[in-house]
Order: sequence, then C-alpha cells, then structure tokens
Amino acid sequence: MTKTGAGLMAGLMAGIDVGGTFTDLVIYDAATGAVRLAKVPTTLPNQAFGVLDALAAAGADLAAIDLIVHGTTTTTNAVLERRLAKTGLITTEGFRDVLELGRRTRPHPYGMTGRFTPVIPRDLRLEVAERMDAQGRVITPLDEAGLKAAVLHLRDQGCEALVIHFLHAYANPAHELRAGAIAATLWPNAHVTTGHALLSESREYERGVTAALNAAVQPVLERYIARLADELADRGYGRELLVMNGNGGMVGARSVSREAVKTVMSGPASGVMAAVYTGRRAGQENLITYDMGGTSTDVALIRAGRAPVSNEIEVEYAMPIHVPMVDVRTVGAGGGSVARIDAGGMLRVGPESAGSDPGPICYGRGGTRPTISDANLLLGRLGSARFAGAGAAVRAAFAEQIGAPLGLGAEPAAAAVLTLANTHMAGAIRMVSISLGADPRDFALFAFGGAGPLHAADLARELAIPRVLVPARPGITNALGCVVADLRHDFVRTLNRPLDLADIDAVHATLAAQEAEGRRLIAAERISVSDIRAEFSVDMQFLGQTHLLRVALPDRRPSRASLQAAFERAYHDRFHVDLATIRAGLVNLNCSVIGRRPDIDLRALIDPAGRRATVAEAQTGARPVWFGRWHDTPVYWRDHLPMDAALVGPAVIEQMDTTTLVGPGDRVVTDADGNLIISIGTLT
Amino acid sequence: MSLDPVTLAVIQAGLQQVCDEMDLSFSRAAFSPVIAEADDRSDGIYDAVDGSLIAQGARGLPVFVGTMQFSTRHIIERIAAGVTLPPEPGDIYIVNDPYLGGTHLMDVRFAMPFSRAGRIFCWLSNTGHWPDTGGAVPGGFSASAISAEQEGLRLPPVKLFRRGVMNDEIWQIICSNIRVSEQRIGDVKAQAAALLVGAERLGAILDRYGDDTVRGAIAEMRDLAARQMRAAITLIPEATFRATAIVDSDGVVNEPLTIALAVTRSGDTLHFDFTGTSAPCAGPMNSVRATTLSSVYLAMRHIFPDVPMSAGAFAPLSVSGIAGTFLDAAYPRPVSGCAAEVSQRIAEAVFAALVQALPDRVTAAPAGTSGNFGLGGHDPERGRDYVMYQISGGGYGGNADHDGLSNGCSTIGISKAPPVEIMEQTYPVLYRRYALHEGSGGAGRQRGGFGLDYEIELLRGTARASFVMDHGRVGPQGAMGGGDGGVNRVEVIRAGVVTVPEHLSKAQDIVLNPGDRVRVRTPGGGGYGDPRQRDPEAVAEDVRLGRYTAEDARRLFARGED
Repeated sequence: MTKTGAGLMAGLMAGIDVGGTFTDLVIYDAATGAVRLAKVPTTLPNQAFGVLDALAAAGADLAAIDLIVHGTTTTTNAVLERRLAKTGLITTEGFRDVLELGRRTRPHPYGMTGRFTPVIPRDLRLEVAERMDAQGRVITPLDEAGLKAAVLHLRDQGCEALVIHFLHAYANPAHELRAGAIAATLWPNAHVTTGHALLSESREYERGVTAALNAAVQPVLERYIARLADELADRGYGRELLVMNGNGGMVGARSVSREAVKTVMSGPASGVMAAVYTGRRAGQENLITYDMGGTSTDVALIRAGRAPVSNEIEVEYAMPIHVPMVDVRTVGAGGGSVARIDAGGMLRVGPESAGSDPGPICYGRGGTRPTISDANLLLGRLGSARFAGAGAAVRAAFAEQIGAPLGLGAEPAAAAVLTLANTHMAGAIRMVSISLGADPRDFALFAFGGAGPLHAADLARELAIPRVLVPARPGITNALGCVVADLRHDFVRTLNRPLDLADIDAVHATLAAQEAEGRRLIAAERISVSDIRAEFSVDMQFLGQTHLLRVALPDRRPSRASLQAAFERAYHDRFHVDLATIRAGLVNLNCSVIGRRPDIDLRALIDPAGRRATVAEAQTGARPVWFGRWHDTPVYWRDHLPMDAALVGPAVIEQMDTTTLVGPGDRVVTDADGNLIISIGTLT
Repeated sequence: MSLDPVTLAVIQAGLQQVCDEMDLSFSRAAFSPVIAEADDRSDGIYDAVDGSLIAQGARGLPVFVGTMQFSTRHIIERIAAGVTLPPEPGDIYIVNDPYLGGTHLMDVRFAMPFSRAGRIFCWLSNTGHWPDTGGAVPGGFSASAISAEQEGLRLPPVKLFRRGVMNDEIWQIICSNIRVSEQRIGDVKAQAAALLVGAERLGAILDRYGDDTVRGAIAEMRDLAARQMRAAITLIPEATFRATAIVDSDGVVNEPLTIALAVTRSGDTLHFDFTGTSAPCAGPMNSVRATTLSSVYLAMRHIFPDVPMSAGAFAPLSVSGIAGTFLDAAYPRPVSGCAAEVSQRIAEAVFAALVQALPDRVTAAPAGTSGNFGLGGHDPERGRDYVMYQISGGGYGGNADHDGLSNGCSTIGISKAPPVEIMEQTYPVLYRRYALHEGSGGAGRQRGGFGLDYEIELLRGTARASFVMDHGRVGPQGAMGGGDGGVNRVEVIRAGVVTVPEHLSKAQDIVLNPGDRVRVRTPGGGGYGDPRQRDPEAVAEDVRLGRYTAEDARRLFARGED
C-alpha cells in the first residue's frame, strides 16, 4: 500500500547531520528544486542546539518545513565515550559473566596488554534459574519469583534500563517473553530490552552485547529526541521528525528508541546513502566511498547501487553490534596522522594521530610533529591562505624530522609521506574489497569528507581505479544522505539447516511474513513513499564451515535447486573453488523492505546562477604544486565552473568545504548535478 | 646500491599486504573452524636460497612467527640433496614433519615456489592447523603418547600439486589416515588458493617495480629490521637476566619440567641460554627446535611489536643450550604439546627474565595455556560420532600501566573462544556455568586478570574426555613483587564424585556418562608490583564486584599496619 503524499512532494525537506565537529543542514524545496545549506559547529553535550543553530543559519521557517530527517551521533558518542545509562542485566543462571568474558582475543595481535570494560558492571548483572537447550526445549523452568526479585533489586539500584538475555532464546523465546512481560509490570519505564527481540541469532556474547548496548543507549536517545522534538515544536514545527538508522533507512522519532542501538552508525550510513543516490544519478552504480577526515578514513563498497549491509559490525574492540547496519569500515589514517622515522631508519606514517588537539602543525595550536595535512600544505596541495604563517614551521619539521634522516629535502620528504600514506590507505581499501569479494578496479571512487577529494586521484591511481567522483558538496554529504535516504526495515531469521533437509514451504512462509511485517511498519509511518520493494537473500555455507556467504534471491519463493545453484555460483565467484561433494547449509533468511522516497533533484546543490560561462572565468589564480616536481598549477573556484566544464590536470579545485586535487594528465568533467568526474590519466 | 627510501617503504607495505591477503583468503574459504574462526594459520614469503623470512601476514597465528622459514629451508635442502623432487611451475609441496622445521603434526604446511623468468624468485608458504591428522586420539593431542607414530600421519615434503593439478594418489593416502576426512578437501583447496592469490599479487608488485628493485628492497628490509631489533635491544641494560618456567608434567611421568633461561645483552645482540633445562621427556611435552626458536621470537615480538617480522629481526638474537633438552627433541619423541603449551612456557621464561630489564614494557606472566579440552563420543540422538574442542583464555599479567585483561587468549594465539550456544548446538553437552574464575588474578599493584570458570555436563551417550593444559602446579608468575596468578584446576564429577586428575592439567580418555561433568578453572595472570601498594579503592571495588572475597583481598593486599 503506497501513499501518494502529494503535499510532501511540493514541500520543504530538511536533512540535518550532526558530526563530531560540524552540524550540517540541507533544505530542499521540492517545488522549485532550490537548495539551502548551512554548516555550524556541533554543540556538545546537547546536539539539539547545533541543530537549531543550523536551521536558524539557513533562515528556515520551521512552520513551513514538511519533513525533518536527522542523523545523530548521540548514540555513537554514548557508546564510544561510555556515557551510557545505568543498565541492569538479568540472565541465565551461571552466565552473568558472559558480557565481561566475551569471546576474548586481545586488542592487538602482539603485546600482552590492553583493557576491556563491560557495558554492564558485574554487580548489576543478576542471574535467575531458567534454561533452554539448543533446540529450544525447556530444561529448567523460569523462576518467576526470582525474576521479580531481580527486577526490583535492579530498579532499586537506580537502573534506568533493563536487559533480559537468556541462553538459546533465539531457539525458543518463551522465557524471555514471559520475563519481559513480568518486568514490564514492575519497571518504571519502557526501557526493557529482551535479547531475542533485536537479534534472533545464536552466539550469546554478540546477542547479549547488542541487547545491552541497546538498553544502555535507549534512555540517552529518547531524552535527546524528546528534547529536540520539543524545541522544534516550540519553534513552530508541526510535522514528522525522522531519524537515520545505521541500516541506511530512517524511522519515526516515536519508535526510534525502541531499537536505539540501530542508530549507532547513523552518520556513516547517511554518507553512504548519499553516495548511492548521487552515483545512481551519475550512472555510477559501483562505488567505493572514501571519506577522509582529520583522524580517520571510512570506506564502504557499493555494488549495483546497493548500500552494503552487514550484521556483524564491531564498533570498537570486542564491542559487536549484530544488527543490520551499513558496512562502513574505518581503514586508519586521517589528515592528522603523524609521520616519523623509526628506530631502524624507516619512514612511517600513523597509526599515531595528532587528532584535532594539538592537531597538525599548520593548525597553529602547538602541534610540532609533521602530519599528512602538513605535507599537503607544504606541497601546495592545500591553499596556504587558511594557514597563514605556518609554512616555515611545517617546512622545518619535514626538513629536520623526515628529510635529514632520509637524505631528502623538505618537499621530497613531504611527498614521500603522502606516497606512503596513500600506499597504506590503498592497501586497506584493497583488504576491505577483497574481504567482500570485490576487485577495486571495477569501481569508481566516491570521495568526500574534508580531505577525501585531496587524495582521491592519487589513491585511485594506486588502486588502478579508473574514475573518481567528487560530489557537489563533499562536506555536507551526510546531511544530503538524510534527504535522499529511504525508509527501510531489515529482518533476519536463523534457520541453520542442511539445505536438503530444510522445509522449503516454511522458508517461503518466513520470507513472506518478513515482507508483510516490513510493509506494515512502513505503512504505519506518516511519510510518503513512491514505491515499496522487498529484497530477499539467504546466508549459506557448506556444512562444516563457519563463515557465511550471502546469496541474493530474485524473489521470495526460491526452490531448493535454485538455492543450491545460486550458492555454488556465488561461492565459485568468491573463492574460485568448486566443492561439489559437500552439502550446503541454509543458515539465515533475510528480507529488507524498502520504502523509496520521491526522487529529488541535485542540480541546485551548486547555485546555477553562480556558474561562469567558461572554465577560464572560473580560475581564481595559480600556485606551484608538487607532483614529483613543482608544477605551476591553475586554481579554480568550484562554484564558478560551468555546467559542462572539461579540463586537464594539473589543477586545484577549491570550494568552501574541501579542495580537490587533479594530477597532471588527469581529465575532469562536470556533470549536470555538479559532480566532478576525474578520469585517471594513466588508466583511461 | 641503496634504494630510495620511498620506494623501499612502499614495497615493504606491498609485500606485507600480499601476506595479509593470503591470510584473509585462507580463513574465509577454510572449513575447519580452527582455521576459519580461530585463525590458526599463517602465510608468508620466504627466501629462494635459504628460506629465511621475507614477510608474514600480520594476523597470522603468533606461534608461527618464523617457523615456516625452517620448513622452507628443509625443503630447499632436500631438493638440493635429491631427496625431494625438484620444483616445476604450479607445484605445491605439503609437509607436516615436526622434525623438519615444524611444530606439531596438525600444523600442515604448503610451500609453493614462485618463479620469474624461469628462476625461483622466492617461496610462498602457509600453515593451517588441520582438525585431525590421525593418531591415537581425535585431534592429535594425545596426553600420553610416547612416540610420534601415536600422534598421527607424518608427511615429508611431497608434491600434493604437480603442475597445478592435485596428486590424487597422495590425497587418497592422506584421507585414509585422518578422521573426518570428507571436509578436508575444502581446507586443502582454501590453503592452495591462498598461495595462488599471493602469487598473483606478488607478480603485480614485481611487474610494477621490477624484479631487481624488489630484490634490493627485500635485502634492505632485512637490514632495516635488524637495525630496529638492535635499537630495541639497546634499551636493555648490559647484564644477564635469569628466569625459570615450569611445565606441570609431560603427561606420562608426573614430574615437573623446568625451563631455565639466562638472557644476556651484549652490545646490540641478545643471547638466550637455556642451559639447565630438563632433558627430553617421555610424553608429548617436547618441543622441536623450530618451535623453540619461534617461541623466543614471538615473545620478543610481544615486547617489541613495532619491529617488522623479517629474518633480519631475528639476526641479533641467538639461542644456545637447547641441545639435549626437551626444547630440541628428535624423532621419535612425541611433540603434540609443543606448539600449544611448551611454546607458552618458553615465552613466559622470556617475559620473566626481561621484565627485570624492561619493567615498563613487559608484563607479569599471562595465563599461558590454550586450555585444550577435547571430548569425543557418540551422540545417540543424532546417530553420529563427534569430536569437540574447547579452547579457553585466561588472565593476563598486570603491567606498569594497568591490571591484566581477564580471559585473554593464549600467548601464542589470537583466537576467539567458541560461543556456548554453538557448542551446545553441535555437541551433546550442556554448560552449567561460564563465569569469571573468582580470586584467580595474581595480587599486585596492578593485579593480574581473571581466568575462566566453566562446567560442562554430558547429556547423551558415553564420551571420553582429554585435556592438555598447563599451570596446574604453579600459577603464572608475578613480577616486580607481584603474586602468582591462580592455578589451572580441573575437576571431573562422575556420579557425583569429584576427582582431580593425577597430572592436574593433562589427562586422556576419561570415560563420561550422561550427567557426568567436567569443571575447568583456567589460570589468572600474574600480579605486577607490590600488592600493598595497590590503590585501596581498587581493592574495595574488586571486592564489591565479587572478584575477590573480602577475606582473600585482606590476605592478598594487606598493608603492613593493618
């Protein structure tokens, strides 16, 4: 059932993304195609002020806005900085330490040190008598009196949220359901999470941590959203507030905190959704997103216009969140990564970072060790206007700390730092793509974030990627993602049966039920969608294997033979191995229901009125830039480039929020949406 | 001719990535959970002439640091001597002989010559831990074997693949001698495919930079690694540091085995003298030379993780005094405990010696056992036989900066423990407890981490339990005045009667019936620094959280006046 929502089509839509440093806003007017942008500092601890500042900076009349979609790092920060709500756990007798013991490795392969703090401390983890076996048969009945006592104890200890997590609840949730019902009558609020409800898969540590994190961020997210909704209402906003989920879809503010943990990857997910959307319009459906900021670089692989989704994200050491989320991998170095010469005389870049405080030398905040950003400044890649006066200190640092030990001058030393940094990043990107079974050469590089477009062409050359796409507004990509993202619900059901023994009718019934539930949830939101579609997949393996391979299905009624054939084909494509003698196992049944939002037009992201008639008129000057030697390099102002511009590198293209570097021989064209498409000289 | 430093760094990163990609490819395609989940495998690039290590995957199992250079060298020597057939393009040799540069029989190595213009440029090799290679007990960890033949099938280097095609006759011989052989074909293909992935990527690097440039870079990387290790060594005072480590018993004769170690720094070299170590033992707690050297290397890498893995890094390290001891056993001494347990006692001796020299860098002793627990039997409900393994972590040692991690994985591993739910899905067992081993953290200013306390009940059929663990006799040693960690404890509860195995941490073929249980408590880590200097609030917090009883805390952390 699809709603038409004509009123919304004609209205104003706002996408707001709160990042670590800035809060970004895009307001899109569906009637005129006009776009308004704002970028204001993020306000901590209450991000809501930054959101209001951004709306004010754009001169938005809240009463006139029809939809606000919000990407927030509230839960991300709560997890990473451990500012979690006080949470209690009730679990199966004998197992209260699972959350502390984990499936432990150690933080680094070498070095016998490291710390780990469980989400819930030991004194707030209680046990009750109850037990299921792996088939879901009751071995020990639930001790309801013990459960009530435990609930009351945790309540009296001042816990705000409660987790009920029993062994094998994925196989039979009866005890968790009963315990949840009892707890609901005693708990002072709605923050009760049962383990199987979020994730109906085996592995008690992963399911338990997922549930515990969900509970522990629930009150935090709910308070934040409620406050924001109140503030928006006070300023006249009367429509729906949607929140970006980590799966790249969005959900209504009223229901988001029920599965709060799903918002932990909200920011990176919206960036990927913007890339999917931008790429689709530009005819580039296979993209590697490359988001390089000050301290880290995030990468995701988009195939056939689909955002990659994983159920196995680990947000930090031993902190798994096993719900479907956009698979964005942090691959290390950012602009602040420090270069040094090690004890053996070898050049190293990272993993140490100058962060944002003191930051690179060029920030002038007391940094003394040369970083990637400093190398870019010294080599003319970054304009010096913003870093007035830093040049001498940067040059001296490269000459003394890097150049002298290597017998190089300052510039070659800085160039060496960039070369090595790009080698590391290229290697990391290659590892990500290989682990997902893809060859980077089949993709275009989608560069965003403050430093992405500065490195993208070099990196593409290193990876033999023929093409780079720099979107019109690389610095507000996540906010744009909020405007273009779809409504989305994901379902996973564990079956874990040999394929030849699986009940295929039951498989069909499960997939049908998943789709029906997804459609129901989307229909329940007061948001217009242009189309609802369901995507089906299964996770399979050869019996005896532990890793899973995801196999997409054309529809929800696969036959046993078609499942076998699709799996064998996918396995061969991935590993180049045929294993005809081994039986296949059907592990998970997956369904994603996606409510597509009406298309929006990106052409106004760069104001057409500002464009000049020729490339020459867009040039603002020239400066020497180091590409192995100094090249006198023209500098262009991005917003002034004409619609169908074409130019050949070397070139520097500057704009408010980033700088794009084009190497000698690389060719650039702009498309209708204002994207820069860079063809790498040696590869095309 | 010296290479420009940038090309050098780039080639080094490139070779590292080749190895990392081989590791990843192997794990993702493998069947055996030991490889696929526990990453009990390693991939690397080795010198064409002497087999020395050029580069190795960063996520390979630590115990394999350096071992494949010994097995590759044996292959090269045997080819030169005409014992082993000379290589042709597309050949892959298989070998698991412990006495030819190996570890235990279950670690099966593949080695593939990589040629350029008709000449061998280098060798690509990998090791994977197969779940079974035959022998007296499923899985190969026989606690009471007294000869190598009881431990499994021993393969000298032979060509499993000839000109890219698997030699089916050798394969059939292997399959007839190992358990659950039907799934091994998947592992073999994964292991060979990983080498092919490596060959493709290495070829791309050579095409790009030129063979001579890469050859020059490899030589220079070796020198640089040596320089880095020498620089690290000079952090150690010029003196001799002594330590001992104790293996509970060899599984056959119930007497402790002693590793005696004296580490001497002179100039920029470090010498490890094991004189005074116990003689070769009757049971399977012998180590072979390659594993002993590797254990020293891996301990050094835990202390200096920044020094790259390359033969150059090992050059400033020398080892003596192992001939005639249980750390250099010869055929037919049984060796199944070498990779999992003895290696960790060797590393413990290195830590205990060098924590005196580098107190800010080295930790007190970690639990240092893989906690290998095996259960084999017949499940009547499913009508089939099974072999179950449980590996477990233990507490890490305290260090100058913080308390030891609880339930960290073994020193020589980087493996995740299996989930209880997966174990119960797969085997007829029920875990009654999976908890912190309370009280096990060694007392110290920074205390040791806590071990694991689990109890397994057999649900159906009869089964035989075996275990190869350690630290049952004495706990992991404390450092700088810290106390030892809690010992490993095994209890077998049959028909309600609790017994403790004679060898404490090692036993074989204990018959269990439905309802019988085994309880295992793994060691805690050693404490670091004087326990009386521990922050009283930290002591109180541990008591509040039930990690120590109030009484234990008073005894372990008491201040003089109290």
